[in-house]
Amino acid sequence: MQTSSRLLITRRAALAGAAALLTVRPAFGTPESLAAAIRDFTGGVEPQSGGVILDLPPLVENGNSVSVTVRMDSPMTPEDHVQALALFTERNPQPNVAIFHLGPRSGRAIATTRMRLATSQTVIALAKTSDGRIWRDQVEVIVTLAACVEG
Amino acid sequence: MNMARISFPKTAKKGEVIEIRTLISHVMETGYRPDATGRVVPRDIIRRFTCRYNDTEVFRADLWQAVAANPFISFTTVATESGRLTFTWDGDNGFSHTETGDITVT
Repeated sequence: MQTSSRLLITRRAALAGAAALLTVRPAFGTPESLAAAIRDFTGGVEPQSGGVILDLPPLVENGNSVSVTVRMDSPMTPEDHVQALALFTERNPQPNVAIFHLGPRSGRAIATTRMRLATSQTVIALAKTSDGRIWRDQVEVIVTLAACVEG
Repeated sequence: MNMARISFPKTAKKGEVIEIRTLISHVMETGYRPDATGRVVPRDIIRRFTCRYNDTEVFRADLWQAVAANPFISFTTVATESGRLTFTWDGDNGFSHTETGDITVT
């Protein structure tokens, strides 16, 4: 009996060790991964500040579910409209949050969702307009209880 | 099955911009979180949401792990004609769910 219980403990220790190895990963996003995700969206076009508006509370108590709205004033006509609105995070493990694809049938350029924030960080909104330009806004958010994206 | 909830006005004037709010029950497992035994739980997320208005796509969203569990998405569309709105969520592990709702445009 003693042997088997010792074996069990050893197995548990081994499992814990394996788990520790598995969870060794970059906890937060890097500037490189953020830049790559943004480049995927912009196609290399340099974003201009202004135009797009990111609505996000600057102080968040619970990072598990944070209401976020991204919008832009646009006539939303076939000639002049917002094609896409995108959200990125600086320090979540994965930089992308969501990309909303719009068009003249949208009527307005606005989308709302609820997002996770793994830590206090900057959230970035980009808008792509039909003239090929990219617009940028960002909000620095302080999170007092982070989302348990890492367990 | 009450897996998803959709809300939008059932009647609208032609040309009116209506707001559509959607919510679906889904864990949005990030793929970064270890379970009680220390093993990382595999990613299981909704990756795409689509809204069709009489079979024309009027809105689409690509989603990642940073979208909170039970994804909420709201957006707008122009009420162009009476007909059917179709909402589809697609994700990991073959997840797919569709809801429909009708609108009368006067």
